[in-house]
Parts: sequence; C-alpha cells; structure tokens
Amino acid sequence: MIRFKASLFAATVLALGAVGYAVAQDMTSEQEQPKPARQDWSFHGVFGKFDQAQLQRGFQVYREVCSNCHRLSIPFRTLADADGPGFSEEQVKTLAASYKVTPGEPDDQGKFTPRDGTPADIIPPPESFPNDQAAAAALGKAPPDMWLLAKSRKYERGFPYFVFDIFTAYQEIGSDWIVGILNGYTKADDPQWNLYYPGHRIAMPSPLQDGAVKYADGTPGTIPQYSKDVAAFLSWAAEPTQTQRKNIGFRAIVFLIVLSGLLYLVKKRVWADAH
Amino acid sequence: MDGHSTYTPKSGIGRWFESRLPIAGLVHSSFIAYPTPRNLNYFWAFGAILTFMLIIQIVTGITLAMHYTASASMAFNSVEHIMRDVNFGWLIRYLHSNGASMFFLAVYMHIFRGMYYGSYKAPREVLWILGVIIYVLMMATAFMGYVLPWGQMSFAGATVITNLFTAIPLVGTGVAHWLWGGYAVGDPTLNRFFALHYLLPFMILGVVILHVWALHVVGQNNPDGVEVKSVQRDTLPFTPYATIKDMFAVCVFFVIYAWFVFFIPNYLLDADNFNPANPLVTPAHIVPEWYLLPFYAILRAIPDKLMGVVALAAAMALLAFLPWLDTSSVRSAKYRPLKRFFFWVFVVCCVGLGYLGSQEVSDSATLVARLLTVGYFGYLIVVLPVLGLIEKTKPLPASIADAVLHHATPAE
Repeated sequence: MIRFKASLFAATVLALGAVGYAVAQDMTSEQEQPKPARQDWSFHGVFGKFDQAQLQRGFQVYREVCSNCHRLSIPFRTLADADGPGFSEEQVKTLAASYKVTPGEPDDQGKFTPRDGTPADIIPPPESFPNDQAAAAALGKAPPDMWLLAKSRKYERGFPYFVFDIFTAYQEIGSDWIVGILNGYTKADDPQWNLYYPGHRIAMPSPLQDGAVKYADGTPGTIPQYSKDVAAFLSWAAEPTQTQRKNIGFRAIVFLIVLSGLLYLVKKRVWADAH
Repeated sequence: MDGHSTYTPKSGIGRWFESRLPIAGLVHSSFIAYPTPRNLNYFWAFGAILTFMLIIQIVTGITLAMHYTASASMAFNSVEHIMRDVNFGWLIRYLHSNGASMFFLAVYMHIFRGMYYGSYKAPREVLWILGVIIYVLMMATAFMGYVLPWGQMSFAGATVITNLFTAIPLVGTGVAHWLWGGYAVGDPTLNRFFALHYLLPFMILGVVILHVWALHVVGQNNPDGVEVKSVQRDTLPFTPYATIKDMFAVCVFFVIYAWFVFFIPNYLLDADNFNPANPLVTPAHIVPEWYLLPFYAILRAIPDKLMGVVALAAAMALLAFLPWLDTSSVRSAKYRPLKRFFFWVFVVCCVGLGYLGSQEVSDSATLVARLLTVGYFGYLIVVLPVLGLIEKTKPLPASIADAVLHHATPAE
C-alpha cells in the first residue's frame, strides 16, 4: 500500500510539473484580461431561489433599455411564473396587449395585419429591427437575442477554480459576466471600450446611465443596481425551470443518500458470513 | 467456467415453458448462480453501473426524440422547447446530457480498472476487444449526440471531426462530402447524425450482450489476477453477494449523477453551445466534450494533419492490442511494482492530455502535449512489452481464497 502511494505520488508530481509549466506560461498572457467579480445571487446554490422583486425590476430595465435593440424570445405568459417574475395574469395581459404582433401567416385577405399581443405570444422583436439583418445594417452587428444570454456567455475560470466549482455548484458564470460587462465601460472617452469584453472592443456602447430607469419600489437607480437586476432577470429567462429543478433535486439526493445507506447495511449483513 | 445452472422451475407451467425456451435458466445461471470471485473490490461495480447508464441513456434518449426536431432551422429551438415547455423536459434532457458524461466517467474507471488488474490478458482477449469496440461506438454516439442541439460548438465540432476525413489521401474530400451530404456541414448532416445517434446505442446494446456473454464464459478477473481454482472456496454466487454490492455502488454513483443533473447541469457543457449554430461565425476556441479531450490533444500535438489523424486512430486502436502488448505472465499490477508505477504515469498522461486538450494552443502547451503523447504511446508500445520481460514480480497467492484470508489478517 505504501509503495502504491509512493509511485502514485511520483507519477503525479512528474506530470503535474509538466502541465503546471504549460499553465504558468499561459497565465502571463491572461493578465491583461481581468475576470468579472463574483456576485452574490439569491438563486445560487442548492436552496437558491429567484428574488421576485429583483426579477420585476430586471424586466423593467430590459423593457426600458435593452429591448430597444435586443429581442428576448420568451412568451409573455412565462412572466407570470410564480418561480419567476410573478406578474399577475392581468398585468401580463395588459403588457402583451401593449405590443403589436405581426402574424407569421397572411390573413384571409392575404395581408400581414399586426394585431395586439396576447400572453401566448413570444415577445416581438424591437420595432426598429424586425430581424437580425436589419439590426446588423443599422448597428454594424446584430445584438444577440437575450433569452439565453446568461447561459451562452462565460469567462475562463482557469485551474484550479473550475474544480472547486463542482462542489460549490457555481453555475452563474454568465450572470456574473453580464454584470461585469455592464460595469466594464471604464474609459469615459471611449464608449465601446470594455474592461471585461474579450479584446476590450465591444459593439454595444455603454447602455446604462445612473437614473435612466425609475424604480417604483425605491431601489436606488445606479448602474451596479440595474446591471444586477437585469442579469438576475436574464438568468431566470435563460432557464425558467431552475427553481423546480433544485426543489426536486434536493429531495432526489436526500432519497438517494438514504437508500445508499440502507443498501450498505444490507450489503454488510449479506457479506457478514462471506469473509 | 463452472457453475452452469441446474435450475428447474417449480411450477408445471414453468417447466413446460423452460423445456421449450430455457430463458429462466439463462437468467438464473447468468445473474443468480453465476460464481463471482470473492475478492472483487468496488472497481468491479462499474460493469453494473454502466448497464444502468446505458438503459438510462436509451430511455431518456427515446423520450427526447419524441420532442426533438432534426432540422437545421428548428433543432436549436426544439431543444429549448424541451427545456421550457415539455413537462419535466429539463429533467429528461439533463439526465441525458449529463448521463453521457457519467457514462464516460464510469467507462474510464472500468477501462483503467481492466488495465491495472490486467483483465485483458488470456483468456479474456475477446472480452476486452468487445469492450474496446463498445468504447469506440460510445465515442461515435456521443459525438453525434453533441451535434444534435445545433449550437455553435455542435456545428464547430461536427466540422472539425468530419474534416479529419479529408486527411485521407486521394479520396478524403469525397468521403467528407459524402458524410456531409453536401459541401459543408448542414441540414443533411444533422439529419443523418440524428438517425445514427438513434441507431448506434442499439448496436452498443448488442455488443454489450456479447461482452456479457464472453464474460460469463471466461469468468471475471479479480484484484489478485489468479484464476478461480475451486468454485466452492474461491467464489460466491452472484445473487445475493454481487447483486447487493453492485446495487449499493450504483446508488452511490447516482448521488454524484444527481448532483450534476440537479445542481450543476451546465457545468460540463460549453457556454457557446447556447448560441445557435451559425456557419459564418467560427468559435474562437473549439473544444470537444471532456471525454474526447485526450484524443483531441494528441491530434493537435502532431504537426502534420494526416499523421495527427493516424495518431488519433492509433491511440484508440492500440487499446485492442493490449492483450498482446503486455507480455507479462502476471495479470494484476498488485504483484507488478514497475507496472504499477508506469500505469499511474499513463493515467496522469491521459489526464494531462485531457487538460491540455481543453486549453488554447500555445508553444508551451504543445510541447507538453507532445511529451505526454510520447508517454501515452510509450506505455502501450514500449513499456508494457519490455516490462513483461524484465520485471521481477511478487509471489502470487496460491488461490483467491488465500488472498482474501491474507487480507483479513490485520498485520501489515
């Protein structure tokens, strides 16, 4: 057993040294690209849940700022999810009706007549940019659909942090990235310079200003606050089922651990006379 | 192997049926009376774990196929439809996508166990080769499954892997066009990958049946690597002994699986795959799934494209020749101090290659990847053949029962 450990140790040191050398070489090139700070999210971890008031504020930021250029391809009805923003059915109906939806098929007159939105509709694209081509023509680059933004963006965690992330259940890389980007416009004279964007050149000029959105609940209207709220909202939009997932998951894991314990006791009993 | 079932059904109907189709006797002899060496450790539970993983992958996969649309314009959204609108669709999908990773985690434990304890050695060569075939089929299945969500990394992965075929001299480009069903990865590619992704698991199932059959002919290897001499003294019946031990191990494995599914379901996925496939945009950093990374690192370590592909294929194919590459007469590394050391070097080479496969290319990373590639091939084609000739092995126990008794004594 001792020799087994010694040889394992020697082999590990040998190869870790080699890999470590490669890592150290690469680290030097990573210095200029800082990583976004980790935020304290209510929806992080095993018992994490969304903060309804925060999601509602985040939706307000989306609606008043982001939605001018970005689409968010989720149905209005999901905004009433109890695990999500939790707007009332009435609020969602009124909200949907305030949008004009162009049907995908022509009506019996052969016309594409816009109609009032209903909760079953997907939130329509920004009025000025009916499709990505139109947006790209006007802005140089089409702003991405925001429905999966919180899952489709990342920054490199690097060794050894990506190993710890398994145990700490860190799944909010994209959420932290969004907050980082929104707070990363640190050069006042260059609105398209971003501290956290890869290569620092970002197509989107700084979208938020302090006081741009008036919150009804008295929450301070600052860029850090807006960015956290909208990132939380987008984290919900990217995976609206995650609260249900964690609820079921906790029970599933407790069940499996108890079952494992019982099976172990049976196994011990069965094997008692075998050795 | 001894221990054929002497099973006779108790009921008259049972006996009538058994004399016409002896399936109950087959089950009885395979999973109840089957003698298992009494010194097996928990590394032998991965066979059972893999069986369960295969069943889970097939059941969740068929369910997903009921809601998935294999079309370049709709595949991405149909996966999000599963995640959001299908009742418990997120659960089925996460069980399937993380199930693939767990399947590979278990298969790597299973393969390394076989390599450490010399399970590939005579008379288990065919058993081992069937295992290598399953492994290769698994990689093909997993690769095609990864293409189906039609995200950016799906598309890039499909492009990189199918492009490997263009390295074949003369016919390479034609082969690639034939695989794509066009001049680039596109809708026809996605459709055929879906068809094959549905087909291959059943081929895996077929080879698994052969694998289990071969296992039941030659019997299990064991940590001491000595053959069963007396069924009475050296073995225990599969049920209840192995059954309960395997069930316990499966359940513990499921705790880890559940942690991934419920709390870090996206940990092993690439964020870029949540962007829909766009042939006009190539991801800055193309990475395959973790279980293919060591091979990817070997591919990138070789400067020449054709030689890289040859090395990649050789890295997999050489595994099938292990029974003849290992020249030692002793199976278990427990009694082979030198092999034990080099085995761990080999494991560390594989893990190191995996890590480098996930990193961006740099001069230092390529240099280390080349060293580790030499380590990988060196173990298989130099170390193993030579060690068998020069290594001084430790004395083997007279029988499995002796080894277990020796273990039971507390003295060091």
